[in-house]
Amino acid sequence: MTLGPGARWLLRVATALTLTFVYVPLVIIALYAFNESRIQAWPIEGLTLEWFGRALDNPGARDALWLSLRAALGATALALVLGTLASLAVARYRFFGRETISFLVILPIALPGIVTGMALNATFNTTGISLGLLTIVVGHATFCIVVVYNNAVARLRRTSQHLEEASADLGADAWQTFRHITFPQLRSALLAGALLAFALSFDEVIVTTFTAGPDQTLPIWILSNLSRPNQLPVVNVVAVVLILLSTIPVYVATRLSRDTGAVSPTAGAAQAAGAR
Amino acid sequence: MITAENAAHFPRVSKSPEPPDVRLQGVTKRFEDVLAVDELTLEIPRGSFFALLGPSGCGKTTTLRMIGGFEDPSEGRILLGDHDVTGLPSYKRDVNTVFQSYALFPHLDVFENVAFGLKRRKVAKAEIAKRAREMLAIVGLEGMDRRKPRQLSGGQQQRVALARALVNHPRVLLLDEPLGALDLKLRKQMQLELKRIQHEVGITFVHVTHDQEEAMTMADSIAVMSRGRIEQLGGPTELYERPRTAFVAGFLGVSNLLGGTVTTSGAVRVDGTGEIRVDAPLPPAGTRVQVGVRPEKLRLDDSAANSVSGTVVERAYIGVATQYVVDTPAGRLTVFVQSSGTAAEGDAVRVSWDPESTFVLEEAS
Repeated sequence: MTLGPGARWLLRVATALTLTFVYVPLVIIALYAFNESRIQAWPIEGLTLEWFGRALDNPGARDALWLSLRAALGATALALVLGTLASLAVARYRFFGRETISFLVILPIALPGIVTGMALNATFNTTGISLGLLTIVVGHATFCIVVVYNNAVARLRRTSQHLEEASADLGADAWQTFRHITFPQLRSALLAGALLAFALSFDEVIVTTFTAGPDQTLPIWILSNLSRPNQLPVVNVVAVVLILLSTIPVYVATRLSRDTGAVSPTAGAAQAAGAR
Repeated sequence: MITAENAAHFPRVSKSPEPPDVRLQGVTKRFEDVLAVDELTLEIPRGSFFALLGPSGCGKTTTLRMIGGFEDPSEGRILLGDHDVTGLPSYKRDVNTVFQSYALFPHLDVFENVAFGLKRRKVAKAEIAKRAREMLAIVGLEGMDRRKPRQLSGGQQQRVALARALVNHPRVLLLDEPLGALDLKLRKQMQLELKRIQHEVGITFVHVTHDQEEAMTMADSIAVMSRGRIEQLGGPTELYERPRTAFVAGFLGVSNLLGGTVTTSGAVRVDGTGEIRVDAPLPPAGTRVQVGVRPEKLRLDDSAANSVSGTVVERAYIGVATQYVVDTPAGRLTVFVQSSGTAAEGDAVRVSWDPESTFVLEEAS
């Protein structure tokens, strides 16, 4: 489709405006993190690294970062195991209720976080499970499973089931086939899924408020310190760290999901011919 | 249904010390409402090159997949040698498969692909290297060890798939339309090569194909399948010269079929014309039959025992022969003549053939 010059300019301006609107506030927060003054006002009076040192010395921020890291790692690990198993079941076996299971696995990412949080909170309270790291992990895993599952299912659908049959035909049992054939095909998809899951968990607030109890993850620590004027510069620093920690995995994940996994005989031959 | 309890009532056909490599006993496969394979009973002798031939959807691939252990039969038993493998997973069966899509492992190189089966069976490393190299030599892929499948041409990938299966010295090698993805010239070349390799390794090959020429070129015995059943089983010559059903006659090459009735004198009275002699066992007098002749067995003269008169309606030069279409009172006949021939369109001719070239099909009522 070709666009007229007018339409092309309109789209360019619209794109620029949208990206500005999304990213300028982030840049401003990053700049404030280096601001000499405690007061957020333009223009910035001077640049300093003082707040980074203060943030590092702040036990509340440090504990929150540590808790967030552990929660994100835990939720990602749980999601990897359960998401992979679910994807193998749905993509490789035919059974009664398969479509339903697929839908139920994906649903949590669409459910409002506040509902998930409420429901989990009520369940933990009535069953007497005390809120803490474990409950945060479980809460985050509900939506982390979805991203791992989606990545793995998409890859499995592109990978020929004949590979697994060939492996079994050559004498590999189910575990050997997974280890030597299925997993190598899935590896980059799982890594992409895991990085996304980690990023999602790391900045999650809503479900966390219902499942963390007295503990504070990094986003919750920011939320509760935002209203204290003399903490504000430290909060800005923490926000910058949070931006970096969630951007990097997402960037790596998008790079990984671009690569093509399976090779069919015809595509392989065409590729080989093209390479010469 | 055949179960372990009543299996003993099944007669042992083979009395030789070596049992057939593959035995199917009353094997049926249903996919929901679709009957893919219908009570198939079949024995494949040791060391033979056996083809399952039929149009798509005839159940040949399903049969192969049941022998390989990728599908479980709904009913019946499958034996490899004396070993009942019904219900065993494929990794516990002494068969290997060459898949239509080759299914080479894309992340492993040629050597690792070929060594995969031996590694699973914990063969010593030096032995694996030796056998894999030997097998790569047999299929003509020396020096390609470290290539990845995507760096190979279609024909080379096919050879890797073959080597990967054969290196394990299976009791039976299953080939699922192995040449389907290759172009015509390469396919012809691989047909002869597969035959050579089968001679060299002496393993039983079970080959699934819809290409009658491919089956005829390679196989010692062919089972022609249609709608989940075996229409006829036999050697290529037998199937071609003595087809028993119209389906087999039509599927393997071109044939002229004429309707008629068996006479008391042991001949067939063809509808619309006279009696013809047949050099084959006939059903009782009065039975409706179809007699068939291959186009290249027909002659445009009066020299053979059976003959009819007709008019040439079409003449076409097809390279190896000249094809005539002749209208006769018995029906329209296709004739292949080696020499270019002198008859022209519109000429009155005699068409004749030998009784030995005539086959008889009982007409389906």
